[in-house]
Amino acid sequence: MQSHHLPATAGVGFKSAHFDELADPGAVSWLEVHAENYMVEGGPRLAMLDDLRARFPISVHGVGLSIGGEGPLDPAHLARLKRLIDRVRPAQFSEHLAWSTHEGSYFSDLLPLPYTEATLARVAAHVDEVQQRLGLRMLLENPSSYLVFEESTLSETGFLAEVARRTGCGLLLDINNVFISASNLGTSAQAYLKDYPVDLVGEIHLAGYAEEDDGQGGPLLIDTHGAPVADPVWALYAELISRIGPRPTLIEWDNDVPDFPTLEAEAARAAQVMAQRRAA
Amino acid sequence: MSGQGAFAGALLAPEAARPEALRDPSGARATRRFDVYRNNVAVALTEALAAAFPVVQRLVGEAYFAALARDFARDHPPRSPVMAVYGAELPDWIAKFPPLAALPYLPEVARIEQARREASQSADAAPLDPRALAGLSPEALAESTPRPHPAARLVPTRDPALSIWARNAERPDLAQSPPGEVLITRPKLAVLSCAAPAGTAATLDALARGAALGAALPAGADHAAIFACLFNAGALVPQGDPEP
Amino acid sequence: MTLHSKHLALAGAVAAGLAQFAGAAHAQEQEKCYGVAMAGENGCAAGPGTTCAGTASVDYQGNSWTLVPAGTCAEIELPAMADGTARMGSLEPLERDLPKG
Repeated sequence: MQSHHLPATAGVGFKSAHFDELADPGAVSWLEVHAENYMVEGGPRLAMLDDLRARFPISVHGVGLSIGGEGPLDPAHLARLKRLIDRVRPAQFSEHLAWSTHEGSYFSDLLPLPYTEATLARVAAHVDEVQQRLGLRMLLENPSSYLVFEESTLSETGFLAEVARRTGCGLLLDINNVFISASNLGTSAQAYLKDYPVDLVGEIHLAGYAEEDDGQGGPLLIDTHGAPVADPVWALYAELISRIGPRPTLIEWDNDVPDFPTLEAEAARAAQVMAQRRAA
Repeated sequence: MSGQGAFAGALLAPEAARPEALRDPSGARATRRFDVYRNNVAVALTEALAAAFPVVQRLVGEAYFAALARDFARDHPPRSPVMAVYGAELPDWIAKFPPLAALPYLPEVARIEQARREASQSADAAPLDPRALAGLSPEALAESTPRPHPAARLVPTRDPALSIWARNAERPDLAQSPPGEVLITRPKLAVLSCAAPAGTAATLDALARGAALGAALPAGADHAAIFACLFNAGALVPQGDPEP
Repeated sequence: MTLHSKHLALAGAVAAGLAQFAGAAHAQEQEKCYGVAMAGENGCAAGPGTTCAGTASVDYQGNSWTLVPAGTCAEIELPAMADGTARMGSLEPLERDLPKG
């Protein structure tokens, strides 16, 4: 199924354990896959992706480009990504405002960066390079934060808006990340969403978090994608959708992956929020 | 050191000082909060290794495997963001890991798992239909140049590593496999493992180097058994020009 | 052996191999096997659990590696080797070989 845009409906992060049940997808109308998991020469993974893309619009979500890295983008990785994008021809491609590679070593996490004029110039240059190389307009996703950098001078929303202005990229708004960061940094999620350039949102992510202890008597929320979407995140989502209208909305569930009906019920809830807005 | 250099340097090294310019919301140095990233990296790498080496994990137990994976990751942080290929050096690393010296079959089991993973990700190719060879004259057969299938891997074992793998991978059909050469292939989508007759490795090596069939089989080996194994495993592809 | 008899021997071996060829039986491990994981996956989620997995200092040099395998390897007794000597893979030799902490 080739579509040039993701539909403004609910999708889920694809898990191979759910492959058979996707014959009857319910409220799930599109799928997102992590680009790096399909950077292989052949075999069952790619065969499965070929099967899925004939039935669903696919969003390819990269986790390893290290767009916020101090060094140049890895040309070998960009070439692998280009090959995958050309094969899958996805409805959308997105990546993270984060870094993960340093001097050739890959750190399997989305690592934070300070928000300064220097990092802004670097990220914009990298987004530009990715869009040129892949021949598409990408979306950039806001991170979940656990700490702040002393040297930061820009707000995250201002940083993202400026990257988008300089490069023409769109944004992927992860509302769970917004909630986690606000809780962990003692700021307001509502204020973040008020400042956020909502017109640029091409996709929304929803996921569940885990609550740990920050060691000082407070909670530290961890972005585990291992639980149902939390109620305050649903509330932020409903508020935003009623303000800006339906957007392609993804349920991410990557740890302690549930059975398909549980995941589908989360997608159905997002679909219902969007349906209420359409009816209003 | 650059900001990201200091950050990266402390991620896999628990004894290293945490980067200085990181703060919690009260303005204090971020310590526990930095450790979230250390945890994420360690857990992600351990899970990637466990997914690729599930039998090794089962053999030593989850807690032991997690500790081993952390040590391995410090020696071999990934050089590529593709976790599907991470850990190719683990079998050799285990072979040199002193606390596991008493389990000599463990590196061999790990090599079988690594070969199975490589086979599952290799390029797709239609295997040679051996019945096509039946119509060739003896001379044409000797000059034919089948090549190893892109997925074909040969793992030499001194211990009954395939049997040990099978018993821990719910594969009773392979539980009686003897030590010796283990052939891993993937003619279509499923990865196959089987005990191969002695000389199969040498045959595939020779064919990979460009030898014609008439010169590929080692003397003294059971050639019929080698052919039966290669045919049934779909370990050959038809193309290939003879050596100049 | 002449070249011709060598070729005949090869043809005989191929024919014998073909006689044991089970057709497309390489489908013995079923083909619809998309679900096989068999390799690490990339994710964009934080690791589950606590903040401590990456902070435990384990260093087997200096004899501080005191963990003992606790998986199914403890149950494995290797069959006798070709020369008839028994080969044990149990925990017994392992404990003997472990550095004393």
